[in-house]
Amino acid sequence: MSALLSVRGLKAFYGPIEALHGVDFEVEQGGVTALLGANGAGKTTTLRALSAMIRREGVIEFRGEPMRARAPEDVARLGVAHVPDGRGTFTDLTVEENLKLGAYIRRDRAKVKTDFERVFGYFPRLAERLRQQAGTLSGGEQQMLAISRALLLAPSLLLLDEPSFGLAPLVVAEIFRILRQINQSEGVSILIVEQNANLALDLATRAYVLETGRVVVGGAAVDIRADDSVRRAYLGY
Amino acid sequence: MVELLHQLSSGLALGGVYAITALALVMIFQATQLVNFAQGEMAMFSTYVAWALLQNGWNYWPAFAFTVALSFVGGVVIERAIVRPFAHAPILASVIVFIGLGFIFNALAGFFFGYTVQSFDTPFNGRPWFGAKFMSAHESGAIVVSLIVLALVFAFFRFTPLGLAMRAAAQNPASARLVGVRVGWMLALGWGLAAAIGAIAGMMAAPIVYLDPNMMGGILLYAFAGAVLGGIDNPWGAVLGGFTVGVVENLLGAYVVGTEVKLSVALIIIVGVLVAKPSGLFGRRIVARV
Ligand SMILES: Nc1ncnc2c1ncn2[C@@H]1O[C@H](COP(=O)(O)OP(=O)(O)OP(=O)(O)O)[C@@H](O)[C@H]1O
Ligand SMILES: [Mg+2]
Repeated sequence: MSALLSVRGLKAFYGPIEALHGVDFEVEQGGVTALLGANGAGKTTTLRALSAMIRREGVIEFRGEPMRARAPEDVARLGVAHVPDGRGTFTDLTVEENLKLGAYIRRDRAKVKTDFERVFGYFPRLAERLRQQAGTLSGGEQQMLAISRALLLAPSLLLLDEPSFGLAPLVVAEIFRILRQINQSEGVSILIVEQNANLALDLATRAYVLETGRVVVGGAAVDIRADDSVRRAYLGY
Repeated sequence: MVELLHQLSSGLALGGVYAITALALVMIFQATQLVNFAQGEMAMFSTYVAWALLQNGWNYWPAFAFTVALSFVGGVVIERAIVRPFAHAPILASVIVFIGLGFIFNALAGFFFGYTVQSFDTPFNGRPWFGAKFMSAHESGAIVVSLIVLALVFAFFRFTPLGLAMRAAAQNPASARLVGVRVGWMLALGWGLAAAIGAIAGMMAAPIVYLDPNMMGGILLYAFAGAVLGGIDNPWGAVLGGFTVGVVENLLGAYVVGTEVKLSVALIIIVGVLVAKPSGLFGRRIVARV
């Protein structure tokens, strides 16, 4: 498979502080790549750098071309949807308005309408709460909303930052089942950040372990999962 | 009775001006957590533009439309050129920029148009609403114009994708950018809208208070009192506050304190509300952002 996203020597900065020190990884066309690592390893920072939310250096190739977008709103226009850390809900807006914002840059109205139906198929609970203020949704519902909002961009690459965070196991299982479906039946490629390595490795085709802003191990997800020493050293289980 | 109705309708006419000015203040506040102290002087300058057009023989409504459009563009340009560079500056720096901007417009108006008080045309002649005796034609027209502005602004924010994007940008800029909203432009647009609304406020106020470079000083204070009263983070509270202040101001001025000291009523409202209920009657508690 060819690479949809290929990253080499990625550095990222918070003000003058360098938080990523040259990270390499790939997301295959139609694949799922997991970024793993402990707290503070730089997983969220990597996604922020990809979305141009923070200053970055290095080579980012998307669809075989250098990504020239300089601002998050331009990265979104390339078809990269980012479900941020903390879900990024527009808490004072309704569920419906949150979803509409997901499709804000699209002009193919008819297709947007069918995409709304499709996400309601995945998450029927959202359809029942369209007029509800998004901030009043449960954590799980807000995560579903965030994923749906991202899907309404009709992305070719979905960036997910800890979608399991703070959710009950049953909800997590439901969300991951749907993520798998999105990946397999819609062909949306995924770059997922998770602390829950087990869960992420289950879904992923490739995986990378970050430690203090560097990749320490990377490769096929099955190999990472099978490697006891890696698991013990970096993933803690 | 007729006298009371007369005072009430005068209050509503100026109250409409305060209400839409308060709305403009709230729009900027929601996006930036800053009060645009130059809102009044920008409106005054716009009103002079309209006055100059009328002096040159333009008909009222073309002059009105041109002034509103020009003010919109002016607001956008001011945001991009003057406000934006201070986006990450301390609050005090921004406040000083706004106040300075106000002085600049005041001085420019004096320079170009002079300090003599001018009368300003109203497009509303003939019979007022329902032929009511207690209300002038201009007062009834100004109330209608204010209500139309409020309805249009409401519809824009509530029903159009662009309005939704502006609300999203004000509320959660980081998330807004991730879905592709150009947050910087939304701010500029907000300034454009605020300036356009200000122009309308000025043109509705000028036939009542007369046109001079200081005409908006008091109006901005009343509008601010209205916004604080209703809740500076709640547009509809601020609008209601604006109307309320207009009526209260007029009734107190006519029956209680006299017109000379009624401006201090606005200050008393501001201080009183800030002490008793800082979030305003309809606002949420203001949480200081660190
Ligand atoms: N806004 C910020 N300003 C300055 N430094 C930051 C900021 N956000 C993160 N950092 C630093 O960057 C480094 C990487 O943080 P990051 O949030 O990417 O970690 P993470 O792998 O996502 O961790 P977690 O699992 O806790 O979410 C950490 O040392 C962190 O302190
Ligand atoms: Mg993180």
